Amino acid sequence: MIDSVQHAEATPDHPQPYSELGLKSEEYHRIRDILGRRPTSSELAMYSVMWSEHCSYKSSKVHLRQFGDLPHSEALLVGIGENAGVVDIGEGYAVTFKIESHNHPSYVEPYQGAATGVGGIVRDILTMGARPVAVMDPLRFGRADAPDTQRVLPAVVAGIGGYGNCLGLPNIGGEVVFDDGYLGNPLVNALCVGVMRHEDIRLAKASGAGNQVILFGARTGGDGIGGVSVLASETFAADGPAKRPSVQVGDPFTEKVLIECCLEIFAEDLVVGIQDLGGAGLSCATTELSSAGSGGMHVVLDRVPLRDETLAPEEILMSESQERMCAVVRPSDVDRFMAVCAKWEVTATVIGDVNESGRLTIDWRDERIVAVPPRTVAHDGPVYERPMARPLDLDDLHADDPGRLPRPSTPEELRALLLRMVASPNLCDKTWVTEQYDRYVQGNTVLAQPEDAGVVRVDESTGLGVALATDGNGRYSRLDPYAGAQLALAEAYRNVATTGAWPLAVTDCLNFGSPEDPEVMWQFAEAVRGLADGCRVLGLPVTGGNVSFYNQTADTAINPTPIIGVLGVITDVARRTPMAFGGRPDEVLLILGETGQDFGGSEWAWSEHHHLGGRPPPVDLDRERALADVMVGAAEEQLLSAAHDLSDGGLAQALVECCLRGDVGANVHVTDDPFVALFAESAGRVLVGVPAQRVTRFTELCAEHGVPAAELGTVTPGRPELTVVGQFAVPLAELRAAYSATLPALFGPKPEKR
Amino acid sequence: MPRVVVDVMLKPEILDPQGTAILGALPRLGFDEVTAVRQGKHFELEVTEPVDEGRLRQLADILLANSVIEEFTLRVLP
Amino acid sequence: MRVGVVTFPGSLDDRDAQRAVRLAGGEPVALWHGDEDLRRVDAVVLPGGFSYGDYLRCGAIARFAPVMRTVIERAAQGLPVLGICNGFQILCESHLLPGALTRNAHLHFRNRDQRLRVENVSTAWTSGLQRDAEIVVPVKNGEGCFVAAPDVLDRLEGEGRVVVRYADGNPNGSVRDIAGICNANGNVVGLMPHPEHAVETLTGPSTDGLGFFTSLLTATVS
Repeated sequence: MIDSVQHAEATPDHPQPYSELGLKSEEYHRIRDILGRRPTSSELAMYSVMWSEHCSYKSSKVHLRQFGDLPHSEALLVGIGENAGVVDIGEGYAVTFKIESHNHPSYVEPYQGAATGVGGIVRDILTMGARPVAVMDPLRFGRADAPDTQRVLPAVVAGIGGYGNCLGLPNIGGEVVFDDGYLGNPLVNALCVGVMRHEDIRLAKASGAGNQVILFGARTGGDGIGGVSVLASETFAADGPAKRPSVQVGDPFTEKVLIECCLEIFAEDLVVGIQDLGGAGLSCATTELSSAGSGGMHVVLDRVPLRDETLAPEEILMSESQERMCAVVRPSDVDRFMAVCAKWEVTATVIGDVNESGRLTIDWRDERIVAVPPRTVAHDGPVYERPMARPLDLDDLHADDPGRLPRPSTPEELRALLLRMVASPNLCDKTWVTEQYDRYVQGNTVLAQPEDAGVVRVDESTGLGVALATDGNGRYSRLDPYAGAQLALAEAYRNVATTGAWPLAVTDCLNFGSPEDPEVMWQFAEAVRGLADGCRVLGLPVTGGNVSFYNQTADTAINPTPIIGVLGVITDVARRTPMAFGGRPDEVLLILGETGQDFGGSEWAWSEHHHLGGRPPPVDLDRERALADVMVGAAEEQLLSAAHDLSDGGLAQALVECCLRGDVGANVHVTDDPFVALFAESAGRVLVGVPAQRVTRFTELCAEHGVPAAELGTVTPGRPELTVVGQFAVPLAELRAAYSATLPALFGPKPEKR
Repeated sequence: MPRVVVDVMLKPEILDPQGTAILGALPRLGFDEVTAVRQGKHFELEVTEPVDEGRLRQLADILLANSVIEEFTLRVLP
Repeated sequence: MRVGVVTFPGSLDDRDAQRAVRLAGGEPVALWHGDEDLRRVDAVVLPGGFSYGDYLRCGAIARFAPVMRTVIERAAQGLPVLGICNGFQILCESHLLPGALTRNAHLHFRNRDQRLRVENVSTAWTSGLQRDAEIVVPVKNGEGCFVAAPDVLDRLEGEGRVVVRYADGNPNGSVRDIAGICNANGNVVGLMPHPEHAVETLTGPSTDGLGFFTSLLTATVS
């Protein structure tokens, strides 16, 4: 029995399982009011998935509006609301980038969850008309030695590599961070960046009555049915595998072919509008396309190519099968469109057409099963102003200052601390992870992890390029979500500038616990307010992003983790500043910025004392801006041979990373308290290497911008050790052994040498 | 020593990209008659007697197959 | 000199191989897997990637592509052919080169800057390199572990057909540290490392890879 519109009209009192689909009673009744009747089961499926937290942003919308209120940016070509924002980088090029979460699916099935996370964000970028050129993955896991981390991390890394490598996208950065709170709630965020010419920008709209709606790519199966709403809206209960939802399986080969097919279709200008099928599948694509265009669309659902012939229409509408796209094509271009798809052996089917009826109508077996105003599904979902409450324990946390913790007091203790710190899971070498990713493919990767930012060349003839960094510190945000979001923004901004690129735009992935918990909601609101205020000071637009709620186990939420991605432009990638010391034998080392007693939320307090308390480092965005002016100006004048941002683990960590990267020793002086100088995490600092004859000009530049610069020492070619004068010296071999042994010891050895 | 054969296949409702890619290649090679291909894994275990099939099923369930996306069959060969 | 670079569905480093040919002074020519026509090229590169997803066995489906019929035929007549990574796998599946490439011994995909020792400088693709030189070229593969029967290996070694060998650590468990081999005539070379990613100081660990492409051009000119 098909639940058609006619049938729904005839049976108004037929009970419907709206609460099982995650809809509240008020929401269900609003649907009835909109339609003037009860929804059919297909309509109910569509509304329920589109009005879920994941698709409708119903808890976050009132806060996210602040991003839309930011001052207009000249660089922004397409803003929030499309699949991804688009930024002008000059020379006629535009860049689109976005970050998204795939947290819950990656906990359930880590390999496929992480893989399809990459696939989804890549399709978002492709949909804008761009060729995807790089990806990066900020990751958070539970304690490194926890059994579940042993299960999740290797599979997540393999999934990201398995999918991204197969697409031919270099993986140029990201983070791997461990913290107890992410046990059972790993964060798998994925960022993609794409490049196009200005005139190639494509939008998700179905305009022009009579235009054809074409579904192309993989066939539709029962993948992740209800996955979006079920996975994103319900916390994992403690009742075992029986409740495991079905998961999506990715096919990177199909996606790779789909990318090339789409780019050829774009090049021949064969689409009026295009939308990828991700969460909420066809429900999302058809309602979003039609509400953004002429307002009406008719679809014959029987025409959708199926992998599983037993699927019901509700399931076809909700299926999250991967690697599918929906295009709107002029009738005269359909033949050519189909020919390109045939060349790439991509299945393509006309499933409907555009009209001006103002309604989305869908037929199945000659019966009308959907007749809705599409905007009401895609955009008029419920909006909540959830109650908020400042966490009760925050005052106690602030009062618990890390100043009370015991500190090393002798040179021997400092030396031992340094070796422990560089070997700690959060600060150690991440090569075990990153060498499972292809960073070379496409031949344009100028800098990749562990550099401060990934830098990709856009134009081979001019050297124009982009830089990208992501950052986020859950501990800082736990102590102060407003400051935590700004510190993440400041760090990503600084990382981009450190490579010599000028920061242009922001994307964000906001990972939080349950919005129904007022304390979590307060954290979320504070983080958004902090980010919006921060972007205003730095003059950066937020171009889009993603909110991931319900990252919690029972009543315990993760530390609030806003991950901020910053995109910058560099006019000539040959002038980028790398992090490795020793590019010049006469290199002088300087530290920019000021160091204070900043240990609240620090890596030292956490890894040495399992302590989280006090206040995070103060953030001064005006000074960050001045620092960025110095770093970009110095790169343009070619004054620097090395630069590295100071963040987790402080100066000590930066020195070790720069020495090991360049395989060269250094001799440094620290004044006052050596422990504070080496391990404090004060923001707004960069370590630089300057060829001797350029030091004067460089310090002048710092003075012009009011940035404090202090000489630390020099590199020591021929003497491979890190010396802190008057304190200790450590051979690089000993540092390298400590730094690089941790992850292989935890997750598997390197291959045997023969 | 008894031999136990475990065949692991993706659940029928789960997409099988491997099988799909092989199926796509077959018409080019002239094999038009094949309408579906699914690829799986075949394990052969040598086990001491007496064979406890229940325990081996447990082994297959927790290790050889990923019960989120795969299912298995188990046969004890004499 | 026209150097064809074949694009199979799932090829990834095809445009990178074209760039390397261009930087070496050649004219890159795009070839399509479905076309038997080699467009009058003087040599062919089978690039890296995951042709057809490489789900069954790497290169197993690509070897049946129409373009491969011509490549196999012309290789027998002496056409220089370089298979890189997936291209090497395709050459082995096509039996233009002996042995096979299997899953890395440690079971992970691995991308690193790899030191290699050049052992054969008489092939079409290595004639410009120095014998016993150590060069640095990226490796990036999940199934790069070269295997062959002992007698095949002995013959390869005996005939000097091991072109490059891993030095300073074996990234994938290949027998006898073999990173690349050639056919008896030296016109067909398979390499697991990616010379096309070591052609510019800005984007590669070295420019050592350029020598493979310039070898071809200078040898053919002289």
